[in-house]
Amino acid sequence: MFSILRSIWLIFTHAVRRRETVQYPEQRPYMPPRFRGRIVLTRDPDGEERCVACYLCSAVCPTDCIAIQEAVAENGRHYPASFRINFARCIYCGFCEEACPTLAIQLTPDAEMGEYRRHNLVYEKEDLLISGPGKHPDYNFYHVAGVGIRGKDKGQAENESPPVDVRGLMP
Amino acid sequence: MREAFVMILIILGMLVVPMLIAAADIYFERRLLALWQDRYGPNRAGPFGLLQVVADMIKIITKEDWIPPFADKPLFILAPALAVGPVLLSFAVIAVAPGIIVANLNIGLLFFLGMSSLGAYSMVLAGWSSNDKYSLLGGIRAAAQTLSYEVFMGLSLTGVVLLTGSFNLGDIVEAQRNMWFVVPQILGFIVFFIAGLAETHRTPFDLTEADSELVAGYHTEYSGMKFGMFFLGEYLGITLISALIVTLFFGGWYGPFLPPVVWFLLKTLVFIFLFILIRASLPRPRYDQLMALGWKVLLPLSLINLVITGGIALAAWG
Repeated sequence: MFSILRSIWLIFTHAVRRRETVQYPEQRPYMPPRFRGRIVLTRDPDGEERCVACYLCSAVCPTDCIAIQEAVAENGRHYPASFRINFARCIYCGFCEEACPTLAIQLTPDAEMGEYRRHNLVYEKEDLLISGPGKHPDYNFYHVAGVGIRGKDKGQAENESPPVDVRGLMP
Repeated sequence: MREAFVMILIILGMLVVPMLIAAADIYFERRLLALWQDRYGPNRAGPFGLLQVVADMIKIITKEDWIPPFADKPLFILAPALAVGPVLLSFAVIAVAPGIIVANLNIGLLFFLGMSSLGAYSMVLAGWSSNDKYSLLGGIRAAAQTLSYEVFMGLSLTGVVLLTGSFNLGDIVEAQRNMWFVVPQILGFIVFFIAGLAETHRTPFDLTEADSELVAGYHTEYSGMKFGMFFLGEYLGITLISALIVTLFFGGWYGPFLPPVVWFLLKTLVFIFLFILIRASLPRPRYDQLMALGWKVLLPLSLINLVITGGIALAAWG
């Protein structure tokens, strides 16, 4: 009997408690930087595309929502001729971000991707490509990798020594 | 001519105002439940979400009204009408203010008790005609619950009738000019309040619906406006019981400064809010616990109340 009255009173005191609801469109919840939302393609600090069209992200994608077509530029750099993500299939698992060797593909804390038509959720390369370096401002794949491109031969990258002639006899 | 016009106005008022309050109850219930559960509730449609009521009405009226092929058609259609009709009829005997009463019956209280018993038929018939096990179980529970709670609902009011010497609700309010009956009839009030909860089948006495065990109880098979009628009947019932509690125990229209009608409405709203608060706080008892509470606690309580009141009345008036 007493416990019934007590619970009624306790519920009544909840009238002056703070409400838990976040009034969404006006009041926005804090989205942590590591939140896995809309996927973007970033550029390196020089403003060039980071993606080298290695297909690792499309291979690791559990829902097969990434479609890439590779191309080679005149300076020897590989780049994606087309890069398409079907966000209607994407489950935002972040595997593509983990797989990417050039830190090109990244997930952002933006989850507001509502569309009235499903085909509007298919993002092409121009929709995905952003102008900045994203979460890794200083990383430039071609400056540290041993891949040769025009203007930077093998062995000329940062912290890299010239290639060893494996057939030579001199130490 | 003028009197007839006034009478028609009163009748229309007593028909429309309870409906409006019942519609507002839905809004109050959702907002207050949300308040007590640290949420906001509907607050988007219109100012403070007030247009939510209109949206709900449009939705429920335009929904498909489907009668299942296995149902007993005439009874299936009759049941929702019975859910609303008797409750609305009961409003006829409620005295809102001096002179504002539709039917000044000298057996007003008995009329209400009779009508509330008729209301139980809506649930029993709905459960029976739906031809569905959940509905039938809900209907059986409605019958048993009404049977056991109606007994001391009447008995708890006998004290008030004893003190007043009349079944007329207007006379009962007049008798409370100096002291509200809740003071000498505190036991009667408690018993009547609990019986009222059970009568309107509100949580924690909503065993007839019991979403968690009986799908939706007696109105499982109903859709569209037929379901809406049950809904309306329930909220009308809350309004009716609140109005009756105010009339019988809390001095009806008496109160300082404000006009009588306003006092009556204010007091009624307080009890509607109390109904919602109780829904927000208490869990549903088991079926046998409900019966045990009714027969072993509340019935003896109301009998004790009756004996004490009768003894005092006898001693005072010889």
